[in-house]
Amino acid sequence: MMAQYLNILYLFAAILFILGIKGLTRIKTAGRGNLLSAMGMLVAVIATLLKMQLGDEALGILAGQIGWSYIIAGVVVGGLIGAILAKTIKMTAMPQFVALFNGFGGGASVMVALSYSVAKILSGTPIGSFDMLTVILSLIIGSVTFTGSLVAFGKLQGFISGKPILFPGNKLLNLALALAVIAGSSYVLLGIVIPAKLVLYLIGITVVTLLMGILLVTPIGGADMPVVISLLNSYSGLAASATGFVLKNDLLIISGALVGASGLILTRIMCKAMNRSLANVLFGGFGADDFAVSGEKGKQEYTNVKEASPEEAALTLEGANSVIIIPGYGLAVAQAQFAAQELAEALEKRGSKVSFAIHPVAGRMPGHMNVLLAEAKVPYEKLYELDTINPEFKTTDVVIIAGANDVVNPAAAKEKGSPIYGMPILNAYEAKTVFVIKRSLSPGFAGIKNALFEYDNTQLIYGDGKKVLQQLINELKEL
Amino acid sequence: MIDILALFTAFVLAIFIGFEVINKIPPTLHTPLMSGTNAISGITIVGALLAIPYSSPTTANLLGAVALAMATINVIGGFMVTDRMLAMFKRKD
Repeated sequence: MMAQYLNILYLFAAILFILGIKGLTRIKTAGRGNLLSAMGMLVAVIATLLKMQLGDEALGILAGQIGWSYIIAGVVVGGLIGAILAKTIKMTAMPQFVALFNGFGGGASVMVALSYSVAKILSGTPIGSFDMLTVILSLIIGSVTFTGSLVAFGKLQGFISGKPILFPGNKLLNLALALAVIAGSSYVLLGIVIPAKLVLYLIGITVVTLLMGILLVTPIGGADMPVVISLLNSYSGLAASATGFVLKNDLLIISGALVGASGLILTRIMCKAMNRSLANVLFGGFGADDFAVSGEKGKQEYTNVKEASPEEAALTLEGANSVIIIPGYGLAVAQAQFAAQELAEALEKRGSKVSFAIHPVAGRMPGHMNVLLAEAKVPYEKLYELDTINPEFKTTDVVIIAGANDVVNPAAAKEKGSPIYGMPILNAYEAKTVFVIKRSLSPGFAGIKNALFEYDNTQLIYGDGKKVLQQLINELKEL
Repeated sequence: MIDILALFTAFVLAIFIGFEVINKIPPTLHTPLMSGTNAISGITIVGALLAIPYSSPTTANLLGAVALAMATINVIGGFMVTDRMLAMFKRKD
């Protein structure tokens, strides 16, 4: 009886989660928000242990029946792995880290649903058809999240080729697997399967959906990973919700729904930033067939490309009142964001106004570039998003582009035939002078020529991003 | 049936609250948002705890313990890394 009242603590935990997420609407309150969420989790765990101590008739848990040895083993192992990963992970590796965590969330849901159903089946307790439906949903969503996330992790970490992997009959196989899952689930739900074979069927459904998770992500190219991670983030939430339906637990359902909503919003933002529909990202195989065609276009010769030396660029920078730096992922890979901040400081000392313009897909996941720059101690007031900074380019003296390519390509705004036409870009071309720091004229992820490089106001500084930025800093000091 | 409807109500309302709150989060904080919500999706930890005593069969116990370990990685790792990131966002002195 008493255990029922403990649900009040679950409500309290849910409120802490909502307030915690709300804290993230402002940088000032974000740290406290994260702490509130963590407290919510602690409350949830304590409430659950109390429930188990007191016993819960509805869940069939007898008073004091806590498997302490299993619990301590699970928490110690999981806690250690989590803490070590959290402390050691590099900020550039954040996307694969989040992908991995999404996967664990999905995996945990699968395990809970299996454990719940297998225990009931083995002890001869019948499972109602609604209960069975929630178990199956939990298995399906959790499995797809688990293996899909592991593939995404492998691609981002470089274990698996970042290129889309498609084989003949890929889509047909996916369809066949989906039909197999539907057929198997229907058999179970309609009660056709005899109890002795039930466990086998549930494991079968799990194995097939695990395979589907792999096949759904392998055809997606590296450039589309921000969308995939956001979507898997959403799935990991939905998997938790599904588990909540299995256990009839409000807190799991509510928390999972919050995460699901968050992932969906981020997915939509990433799709919009690349001007692609979700269906196109998931099934388009962008970069597979298209890549061959556009790759050819990328090889088009550039004419009228002007070059500048770091000395010349420094002279122009010295007289600039306003400078905008556009960082791309390449900058972060070279760990050159620290040099970029140093350059910004040097310019500010000389009286220039310096801002950083961040395209939504500048990094490998939503908001990634902001974190990478924050790591280099760039004050966050200097980071501007696309809509805010775009009107500023017209009145800006110098733009420095380091490691970005497609997101500044004016073809997206001007050439109707371009594969990236309609994608929102940073209007760097409107500035008085544009310096592009680049090793060569190789194309970006979209594999197409960048019209900006031929503009009259654009000059290329060839070389390694970090070295060139360092040279610029040194030249400025000497002036 | 009433029970199920109540659970579904909570689910739908929570999605709406999620949309309302999360739409107001600035892009600068989207990565911490992802890692933070990731930790929250580790709420499956509650399910894992409850799953462990369900059963005398050891297989089910073991599945529960593995689930618990996975969910704990999510919770501890997610909150800690979010904290680490948020500490980097500093104002100009």
